[in-house]
Amino acid sequence: MNDGKKINRIDSIFKDYVDNKFDYLRMIMKMSNEEIIKDLMDSGLKGRGGAGFPTGNKWKLAAEQPSGEKFVVCNADEGEPGTFKDKEILLKVPHKVLTGMTACSKVTGAKRGYIYLRWEYKFMKDDLQKSVDEFNEVLKEMKIDFKIYIFLGAGAYVCGEESALFDSMEGMRGEPRNKPPFPTVSGFMGKPTVINNVETFATSTMILSFGGENYAKLGTDVSHGSKLFSISGDTSIPGIYELELGMTLHEFVEKFGDGDTKAVSVGGVSGALVPRKKFKDTIIGWEGVPTGGAMILFNSTRSIYRILHNYLDFFEEESCGQCTPCRIGCQQLKKGIEAVKKGEEDPSYLDTLANLSKVMNVSAKCGLGQSVMNPVLSAVNNFREELIY
Amino acid sequence: MATNEILIKELADQYGRERTSLLSILHGVADKNNFLTEEDLTVIAKELHLSGAQVFGTATFYSFLNVVPRGKYVIRVCKTISCDMKNKDEIVREIENMLKIKAGETTEDKKFTLLFTNCMGWCDKGPSMLINEIPFSDLTREKVHGIIKQYSDIED
Repeated sequence: MNDGKKINRIDSIFKDYVDNKFDYLRMIMKMSNEEIIKDLMDSGLKGRGGAGFPTGNKWKLAAEQPSGEKFVVCNADEGEPGTFKDKEILLKVPHKVLTGMTACSKVTGAKRGYIYLRWEYKFMKDDLQKSVDEFNEVLKEMKIDFKIYIFLGAGAYVCGEESALFDSMEGMRGEPRNKPPFPTVSGFMGKPTVINNVETFATSTMILSFGGENYAKLGTDVSHGSKLFSISGDTSIPGIYELELGMTLHEFVEKFGDGDTKAVSVGGVSGALVPRKKFKDTIIGWEGVPTGGAMILFNSTRSIYRILHNYLDFFEEESCGQCTPCRIGCQQLKKGIEAVKKGEEDPSYLDTLANLSKVMNVSAKCGLGQSVMNPVLSAVNNFREELIY
Repeated sequence: MATNEILIKELADQYGRERTSLLSILHGVADKNNFLTEEDLTVIAKELHLSGAQVFGTATFYSFLNVVPRGKYVIRVCKTISCDMKNKDEIVREIENMLKIKAGETTEDKKFTLLFTNCMGWCDKGPSMLINEIPFSDLTREKVHGIIKQYSDIED
């Protein structure tokens, strides 16, 4: 049994703590590169997109690359089902994202920054471009040699994977690359690149204005700070909430559930589908179930079969098709659960499917194929009857 | 397709003739004509000194770059979990009834195409859909009826 933290709402991302939105930038540009890296390291910030690489470390690695052309890329290809917080950040506080990107350019020496905006968010492109133009103008006045551009995606979940995103920007199919080399060594156009999620850049700005040690007081020893949660499904209060990390899923469900929650997808469709009996033992964070912030709640009227089928349908469509385990695996998993449900396969076939998902986890080239295992194992292990009858 | 050749040259002048300009050029043509023809792709390939296969490969990878004829207004209803749970089927049925087409089809007058799409980031306000790039959320049967009617009434 894990006590975890109580629900604690924080307001660092959407609230402004300065009179003028460019004050963050002016403040940060007075800091030394060492101070910026130290604050980020002290804060314990890990990438908010879901993969969780320490942000300070990432910036430092790119900074240590030999000078020459480098890039800063903001990943606004928020495609994980159940996630919608980056959209809100870009609509409400774009200056925090742009400031974070500029801080990164200062540390790494990059002269160009790109926001890779998913096509689904094209409706906001003109407004975002206005914010970017205004920001670029201020950079020019401050004699900062950094310019930000928007790059519009074209609809592909896999492009949220950083190396697929670079390929897409380079005019190719968004197919993930082999790693290493990692982006800090060879990213966009083969140059050292820092790629962070929208929320990570916005959070970096706030860490640099609050101080890294202050930020680290929030959260736990493993999961520092607060983060945005996108909450949807069977809840009467869906929306975006910034919460301190370290609470249990039980605490979370008490607050956001409808009193009848039977499972929660923590981290969207590529995360675990946690059953009610494990709510109390599950901490939301790196010590428990990690998440990019997507929380989808399901009550007892929902069929886990239908949910898993919807997820597999999603993966099958969004698999880039490059590596066999993911391309064929997603298809076979979907066909497999259909066959068990129809009685064409014995219920024990579910174990074969679970094994297949484990094989995908170790053999698929990128996070998409690797993470299909999470919901499949959760469903097979915890909701077996629902997949059979 | 002489007009598209001019457009493609203009776009290449604007974005540059590098491979990194390819998506922007594809977007530029698709924005104007709703979809990309084989001829468009060939002209783009020539203009950027790429092979046709390279351009075709990129264009067909992405779900929002259409390489088959589409209507003037492409309706995309989100079918991913949160919207699915909020009864997106009812929304689709209403649109199908109004436009007399099934999902995946285009109306005879080439005005509307009805498609499904994967999560588009409106999970807290589902069901949701896009008409071209404009999002509509918190849909009900009545609401979607009104929206489709409004678009139907737009004169060409």
